Amino acid sequence: MIYLDLFLAFLKIGLFTFGGGYAMLPMIQEEVTAHGWLSQSDLIDFIAVSESTPGPFAMNIATFIGTRTGGVFGSLCATLGVVLPSFVIILIVARCYQKFKTSRLVVGAMNGLKPAVVGLIAAALLSLSQTVFFPTGLSVSVLGTAQFFVSLGIFAVAVVLAFKKLHPILIILLSAAVGVTAGYLLPT
Amino acid sequence: MISLFFTFMKIGLFTFGGGYAMLPLIQRETVENKKWISDEDILDIVAIAESTPGPIAINAATFVGYRVGGFLGALAATVGIVLPSFVIITAISFALVKFQDVRWIRFAFNGIRAGVLALIVKALWMMYKQSPKGIIAYLIMLGAFLVTAFLPVNVVFVILTCAAVGIARALIVSRRDKG
Repeated sequence: MIYLDLFLAFLKIGLFTFGGGYAMLPMIQEEVTAHGWLSQSDLIDFIAVSESTPGPFAMNIATFIGTRTGGVFGSLCATLGVVLPSFVIILIVARCYQKFKTSRLVVGAMNGLKPAVVGLIAAALLSLSQTVFFPTGLSVSVLGTAQFFVSLGIFAVAVVLAFKKLHPILIILLSAAVGVTAGYLLPT
Repeated sequence: MISLFFTFMKIGLFTFGGGYAMLPLIQRETVENKKWISDEDILDIVAIAESTPGPIAINAATFVGYRVGGFLGALAATVGIVLPSFVIITAISFALVKFQDVRWIRFAFNGIRAGVLALIVKALWMMYKQSPKGIIAYLIMLGAFLVTAFLPVNVVFVILTCAAVGIARALIVSRRDKG
Protein backbone atom coordinates (compact mmCIF):
# COMPACT_ATOMS: atom_id res chain seq x y z
CA MET A 1 0.00 0.00 0.00
CA ILE A 2 1.39 3.37 -1.06
CA TYR A 3 0.51 5.18 2.17
CA LEU A 4 2.26 2.61 4.32
CA ASP A 5 5.26 2.58 1.95
CA LEU A 6 5.52 6.36 2.17
CA PHE A 7 5.22 6.34 5.94
CA LEU A 8 7.81 3.60 6.45
CA ALA A 9 10.33 4.96 3.92
CA PHE A 10 10.29 8.39 5.54
CA LEU A 11 10.27 6.91 9.04
CA LYS A 12 13.54 5.21 8.08
CA ILE A 13 14.92 8.50 6.75
CA GLY A 14 13.92 10.30 9.95
CA LEU A 15 15.41 7.58 12.14
CA PHE A 16 18.77 7.02 10.47
CA THR A 17 19.93 10.45 9.37
CA PHE A 18 22.10 12.57 11.61
CA GLY A 19 23.07 16.19 11.12
CA GLY A 20 20.04 17.44 9.16
CA GLY A 21 20.04 19.28 5.84
CA TYR A 22 22.34 17.84 3.21
CA ALA A 23 23.53 15.16 5.63
CA MET A 24 20.14 13.56 4.98
CA LEU A 25 20.63 13.60 1.21
CA PRO A 26 22.36 10.19 0.75
CA MET A 27 19.60 8.39 2.64
CA ILE A 28 16.83 10.30 0.84
CA GLN A 29 18.50 9.62 -2.51
CA GLU A 30 18.64 5.90 -1.78
CA GLU A 31 15.01 5.64 -0.65
CA VAL A 32 13.35 7.76 -3.34
CA THR A 33 15.25 6.28 -6.28
CA ALA A 34 14.87 2.71 -4.99
CA HIS A 35 11.08 3.16 -4.81
CA GLY A 36 11.07 4.85 -8.22
CA TRP A 37 9.41 7.95 -6.76
CA LEU A 38 11.87 10.39 -8.32
CA SER A 39 14.62 10.20 -10.93
CA GLN A 40 18.09 11.56 -10.10
CA SER A 41 17.48 14.72 -12.12
CA ASP A 42 14.04 15.25 -10.53
CA LEU A 43 15.77 14.95 -7.15
CA ILE A 44 18.30 17.67 -8.05
CA ASP A 45 15.48 19.91 -9.33
CA PHE A 46 13.67 19.44 -6.07
CA ILE A 47 16.74 20.36 -4.02
CA ALA A 48 16.59 23.72 -5.84
CA VAL A 49 12.87 24.08 -5.08
CA SER A 50 13.48 23.20 -1.43
CA GLU A 51 16.29 25.77 -1.12
CA SER A 52 13.93 28.41 -2.48
CA THR A 53 10.98 27.61 -0.21
CA PRO A 54 10.78 27.81 3.58
CA GLY A 55 11.33 24.79 5.80
CA PRO A 56 13.82 21.96 6.26
CA PHE A 57 14.85 19.92 3.20
CA ALA A 58 13.78 16.55 4.62
CA MET A 59 10.32 17.89 5.46
CA ASN A 60 9.92 19.52 2.06
CA ILE A 61 10.89 16.43 0.11
CA ALA A 62 8.65 14.22 2.26
CA THR A 63 5.70 16.47 1.53
CA PHE A 64 6.57 16.70 -2.18
CA ILE A 65 6.96 12.98 -2.78
CA GLY A 66 3.93 12.23 -0.64
CA THR A 67 1.78 14.59 -2.71
CA ARG A 68 3.06 13.30 -6.04
CA THR A 69 2.54 9.64 -5.23
CA GLY A 70 -0.43 9.70 -2.86
CA GLY A 71 -2.09 13.11 -2.93
CA VAL A 72 -2.65 15.15 0.21
CA PHE A 73 -3.10 12.07 2.40
CA GLY A 74 0.14 10.66 1.00
CA SER A 75 2.02 13.83 1.91
CA LEU A 76 0.54 13.63 5.41
CA CYS A 77 1.83 10.04 5.80
CA ALA A 78 5.32 10.89 4.51
CA THR A 79 5.62 14.01 6.66
CA LEU A 80 4.41 12.21 9.76
CA GLY A 81 6.97 9.48 9.05
CA VAL A 82 9.91 11.85 8.83
CA VAL A 83 8.90 13.86 11.92
CA LEU A 84 7.88 11.04 14.26
CA PRO A 85 11.34 9.61 15.12
CA SER A 86 12.68 13.09 15.95
CA PHE A 87 9.66 13.87 18.08
CA VAL A 88 9.75 10.67 20.12
CA ILE A 89 13.53 10.59 20.56
CA ILE A 90 13.73 14.23 21.62
CA LEU A 91 10.93 13.72 24.16
CA ILE A 92 12.97 10.90 25.70
CA VAL A 93 16.30 12.74 25.55
CA ALA A 94 14.81 15.98 26.91
CA ARG A 95 14.23 14.24 30.27
CA CYS A 96 17.86 13.29 30.77
CA TYR A 97 19.77 15.58 28.45
CA GLN A 98 22.58 16.49 30.84
CA LYS A 99 23.50 12.81 31.05
CA PHE A 100 22.94 12.35 27.30
CA LYS A 101 25.20 15.26 26.39
CA THR A 102 28.22 13.93 28.26
CA SER A 103 27.61 10.22 27.65
CA ARG A 104 30.75 8.58 26.34
CA LEU A 105 28.66 6.35 24.07
CA VAL A 106 26.85 9.26 22.43
CA VAL A 107 30.07 11.23 21.93
CA GLY A 108 31.75 8.11 20.56
CA ALA A 109 28.92 7.36 18.16
CA MET A 110 28.97 10.95 16.91
CA ASN A 111 32.72 10.73 16.33
CA GLY A 112 32.02 7.79 14.05
CA LEU A 113 28.94 9.34 12.40
CA LYS A 114 30.36 12.74 11.49
CA PRO A 115 33.11 11.43 9.19
CA ALA A 116 30.66 8.82 7.84
CA VAL A 117 28.31 11.62 6.75
CA VAL A 118 31.21 13.30 4.89
CA GLY A 119 31.86 10.08 2.96
CA LEU A 120 28.14 9.54 2.27
CA ILE A 121 27.61 13.07 0.93
CA ALA A 122 30.69 12.69 -1.26
CA ALA A 123 29.18 9.50 -2.73
CA ALA A 124 25.82 11.25 -3.30
CA LEU A 125 27.64 14.15 -4.96
CA LEU A 126 29.46 11.79 -7.29
CA SER A 127 26.30 10.07 -8.50
CA LEU A 128 24.36 13.35 -8.85
CA SER A 129 27.29 14.85 -10.83
CA GLN A 130 27.02 11.97 -13.27
CA THR A 131 23.35 12.82 -13.81
CA VAL A 132 24.11 16.49 -14.40
CA PHE A 133 27.20 16.25 -16.58
CA PHE A 134 26.47 12.94 -18.34
CA PRO A 135 22.66 12.83 -18.61
CA THR A 136 22.78 10.24 -21.38
CA GLY A 137 25.24 7.97 -19.58
CA LEU A 138 29.01 8.00 -19.15
CA SER A 139 30.57 8.51 -22.55
CA VAL A 140 33.28 10.60 -24.19
CA SER A 141 30.91 11.99 -26.82
CA VAL A 142 29.18 14.12 -24.16
CA LEU A 143 32.46 15.98 -23.55
CA GLY A 144 32.13 17.81 -26.89
CA THR A 145 28.57 19.09 -26.39
CA ALA A 146 27.77 22.70 -25.61
CA GLN A 147 25.46 21.65 -22.76
CA PHE A 148 28.38 19.96 -21.02
CA PHE A 149 30.49 23.13 -21.10
CA VAL A 150 27.57 25.30 -19.98
CA SER A 151 26.96 23.00 -16.99
CA LEU A 152 30.66 22.90 -16.16
CA GLY A 153 30.89 26.70 -16.37
CA ILE A 154 27.84 27.24 -14.14
CA PHE A 155 29.16 24.68 -11.65
CA ALA A 156 32.63 26.29 -11.44
CA VAL A 157 31.27 29.81 -10.95
CA ALA A 158 28.62 28.60 -8.49
CA VAL A 159 31.23 26.83 -6.34
CA VAL A 160 33.23 30.07 -6.07
CA LEU A 161 30.07 32.06 -5.25
CA ALA A 162 28.92 29.48 -2.67
CA PHE A 163 32.26 29.73 -0.86
CA LYS A 164 32.01 33.51 -1.01
CA LYS A 165 28.81 32.98 1.04
CA LEU A 166 26.40 34.20 -1.63
CA HIS A 167 22.87 33.17 -0.60
CA PRO A 168 21.79 29.80 -2.08
CA ILE A 169 18.64 31.34 -3.58
CA LEU A 170 20.75 33.86 -5.52
CA ILE A 171 23.00 31.05 -6.78
CA ILE A 172 19.92 29.15 -7.99
CA LEU A 173 18.50 32.25 -9.70
CA LEU A 174 21.80 32.99 -11.45
CA SER A 175 22.14 29.38 -12.61
CA ALA A 176 18.57 29.50 -13.91
CA ALA A 177 19.26 32.71 -15.85
CA VAL A 178 22.37 31.23 -17.48
CA GLY A 179 20.47 28.02 -18.23
CA VAL A 180 17.64 29.89 -19.98
CA THR A 181 20.05 32.07 -21.97
CA ALA A 182 22.13 29.08 -23.04
CA GLY A 183 19.00 27.11 -23.92
CA TYR A 184 17.82 29.71 -26.42
CA LEU A 185 21.24 30.65 -27.84
CA LEU A 186 22.79 27.24 -28.31
CA PRO A 187 21.83 24.72 -30.97
CA THR A 188 20.29 21.59 -29.47
CA MET B 1 0.74 26.77 24.12
CA ILE B 2 -0.83 28.88 21.40
CA SER B 3 2.12 31.23 21.64
CA LEU B 4 4.51 28.27 21.12
CA PHE B 5 2.56 27.21 18.06
CA PHE B 6 2.60 30.63 16.42
CA THR B 7 6.23 31.38 17.29
CA PHE B 8 7.42 28.17 15.65
CA MET B 9 5.08 28.67 12.72
CA LYS B 10 6.77 32.01 12.15
CA ILE B 11 10.19 30.33 12.33
CA GLY B 12 9.05 27.67 9.86
CA LEU B 13 7.68 30.27 7.50
CA PHE B 14 10.66 32.60 7.38
CA THR B 15 13.67 30.35 7.15
CA PHE B 16 14.87 29.12 3.83
CA GLY B 17 17.16 26.13 3.65
CA GLY B 18 16.22 24.76 7.06
CA GLY B 19 18.53 23.34 9.72
CA TYR B 20 21.34 25.69 10.61
CA ALA B 21 19.62 28.59 8.87
CA MET B 22 16.84 28.25 11.47
CA LEU B 23 19.00 28.32 14.59
CA PRO B 24 19.63 32.09 14.67
CA LEU B 25 15.90 32.73 14.30
CA ILE B 26 15.03 30.18 17.00
CA GLN B 27 17.55 31.90 19.27
CA ARG B 28 16.12 35.37 18.63
CA GLU B 29 12.50 34.31 19.10
CA THR B 30 12.80 31.98 22.09
CA VAL B 31 15.68 33.61 24.02
CA GLU B 32 15.49 37.32 23.25
CA ASN B 33 11.81 37.88 22.49
CA LYS B 34 9.93 35.33 24.59
CA LYS B 35 12.64 34.58 27.18
CA TRP B 36 11.47 30.95 27.35
CA ILE B 37 15.01 29.60 27.56
CA SER B 38 18.55 30.89 28.10
CA ASP B 39 21.51 31.28 25.75
CA GLU B 40 23.20 28.23 27.30
CA ASP B 41 20.05 26.21 26.63
CA ILE B 42 20.42 27.08 22.94
CA LEU B 43 23.92 25.60 22.86
CA ASP B 44 22.62 22.42 24.52
CA ILE B 45 19.76 22.27 22.05
CA VAL B 46 22.12 22.56 19.09
CA ALA B 47 24.35 19.81 20.47
CA ILE B 48 21.37 17.52 21.10
CA ALA B 49 19.66 18.28 17.79
CA GLU B 50 22.90 17.31 16.04
CA SER B 51 23.41 14.07 17.90
CA THR B 52 19.86 12.75 17.54
CA PRO B 53 18.42 11.56 14.23
CA GLY B 54 16.12 13.68 12.11
CA PRO B 55 16.02 17.25 10.80
CA ILE B 56 17.74 19.76 13.12
CA ALA B 57 14.82 22.20 12.97
CA ILE B 58 12.28 19.57 14.09
CA ASN B 59 14.57 18.38 16.88
CA ALA B 60 15.11 21.92 18.13
CA ALA B 61 11.39 22.77 17.99
CA THR B 62 10.39 19.62 19.89
CA PHE B 63 13.07 20.23 22.51
CA VAL B 64 12.19 23.89 23.16
CA GLY B 65 8.47 23.04 23.16
CA TYR B 66 9.03 20.32 25.76
CA ARG B 67 11.16 22.55 28.00
CA VAL B 68 8.51 25.29 27.92
CA GLY B 69 5.25 23.34 27.97
CA GLY B 70 5.84 19.60 28.41
CA PHE B 71 4.38 17.10 25.97
CA LEU B 72 1.66 19.43 24.65
CA GLY B 73 4.21 22.20 24.26
CA ALA B 74 6.43 19.88 22.20
CA LEU B 75 3.45 18.95 20.04
CA ALA B 76 2.43 22.59 19.51
CA ALA B 77 5.96 23.68 18.56
CA THR B 78 6.53 20.73 16.21
CA VAL B 79 3.22 21.12 14.39
CA GLY B 80 3.90 24.87 14.18
CA ILE B 81 7.30 24.47 12.53
CA VAL B 82 6.08 21.76 10.12
CA LEU B 83 2.86 23.43 8.98
CA PRO B 84 4.19 26.23 6.71
CA SER B 85 6.42 24.01 4.58
CA PHE B 86 3.71 21.35 4.46
CA VAL B 87 1.14 23.77 3.05
CA ILE B 88 3.56 25.52 0.69
CA ILE B 89 5.09 22.36 -0.76
CA THR B 90 1.71 20.67 -1.21
CA ALA B 91 0.60 23.68 -3.24
CA ILE B 92 3.85 23.76 -5.23
CA SER B 93 3.76 20.04 -5.99
CA PHE B 94 0.62 20.45 -8.04
CA ALA B 95 2.07 23.45 -9.89
CA LEU B 96 5.49 21.84 -10.57
CA VAL B 97 4.03 19.02 -12.63
CA LYS B 98 2.20 21.53 -14.81
CA PHE B 99 5.26 23.69 -15.44
CA GLN B 100 7.73 20.91 -16.13
CA ASP B 101 7.06 20.84 -19.86
CA VAL B 102 7.36 24.57 -20.46
CA ARG B 103 10.43 25.13 -22.63
CA TRP B 104 12.16 27.97 -20.76
CA ILE B 105 11.56 26.29 -17.40
CA ARG B 106 13.27 23.18 -18.74
CA PHE B 107 16.23 25.32 -19.76
CA ALA B 108 16.23 27.03 -16.37
CA PHE B 109 16.44 23.67 -14.58
CA ASN B 110 19.32 22.61 -16.86
CA GLY B 111 21.24 25.53 -15.41
CA ILE B 112 19.95 25.10 -11.87
CA ARG B 113 21.13 21.48 -11.66
CA ALA B 114 24.75 22.55 -12.08
CA GLY B 115 24.23 25.28 -9.45
CA VAL B 116 22.74 22.78 -6.98
CA LEU B 117 25.85 20.59 -7.30
CA ALA B 118 27.87 23.58 -6.14
CA LEU B 119 25.64 23.93 -3.08
CA ILE B 120 26.27 20.27 -2.24
CA VAL B 121 30.04 20.82 -2.62
CA LYS B 122 29.75 23.64 -0.10
CA ALA B 123 27.72 21.43 2.28
CA LEU B 124 30.34 18.71 1.94
CA TRP B 125 33.06 21.17 2.93
CA MET B 126 31.05 22.39 5.97
CA MET B 127 30.52 18.79 7.12
CA TYR B 128 34.23 18.07 6.66
CA LYS B 129 35.13 21.08 8.81
CA GLN B 130 32.81 19.90 11.61
CA SER B 131 34.02 16.34 11.50
CA PRO B 132 36.77 15.09 13.82
CA LYS B 133 40.11 14.69 12.06
CA GLY B 134 42.69 11.94 12.49
CA ILE B 135 43.58 8.67 10.91
CA ILE B 136 40.44 6.79 12.04
CA ALA B 137 38.12 9.60 10.94
CA TYR B 138 39.77 9.73 7.51
CA LEU B 139 39.48 5.96 7.17
CA ILE B 140 35.76 6.15 8.03
CA MET B 141 35.24 8.94 5.46
CA LEU B 142 37.06 7.02 2.74
CA GLY B 143 35.41 3.71 3.63
CA ALA B 144 31.89 5.19 3.72
CA PHE B 145 32.51 6.91 0.38
CA LEU B 146 33.94 3.88 -1.43
CA VAL B 147 31.35 1.45 -0.09
CA THR B 148 28.30 3.60 -0.96
CA ALA B 149 29.67 4.88 -4.27
CA PHE B 150 30.80 1.59 -5.75
CA LEU B 151 29.04 -1.25 -3.91
CA PRO B 152 25.32 -1.97 -3.61
CA VAL B 153 25.37 -1.40 0.14
CA ASN B 154 22.54 0.06 2.19
CA VAL B 155 23.12 3.55 3.66
CA VAL B 156 21.58 2.43 6.98
CA PHE B 157 24.19 -0.33 7.22
CA VAL B 158 27.02 2.16 6.63
CA ILE B 159 25.63 4.54 9.26
CA LEU B 160 25.21 1.81 11.89
CA THR B 161 28.68 0.40 11.21
CA CYS B 162 30.36 3.80 11.52
CA ALA B 163 28.47 4.57 14.75
CA ALA B 164 29.59 1.18 16.11
CA VAL B 165 33.22 1.94 15.18
CA GLY B 166 32.95 5.28 17.00
CA ILE B 167 31.48 3.64 20.11
CA ALA B 168 34.05 0.82 20.09
CA ARG B 169 36.85 3.34 19.85
CA ALA B 170 35.41 5.40 22.74
CA LEU B 171 35.19 2.27 24.91
CA ILE B 172 38.77 1.22 24.10
CA VAL B 173 40.10 4.69 24.84
CA SER B 174 38.25 4.91 28.17
CA ARG B 175 39.47 1.45 29.24
CA ARG B 176 43.03 2.45 28.38
CA ASP B 177 42.66 5.63 30.45
CA LYS B 178 41.45 3.65 33.46
CA GLY B 179 44.07 0.91 33.18
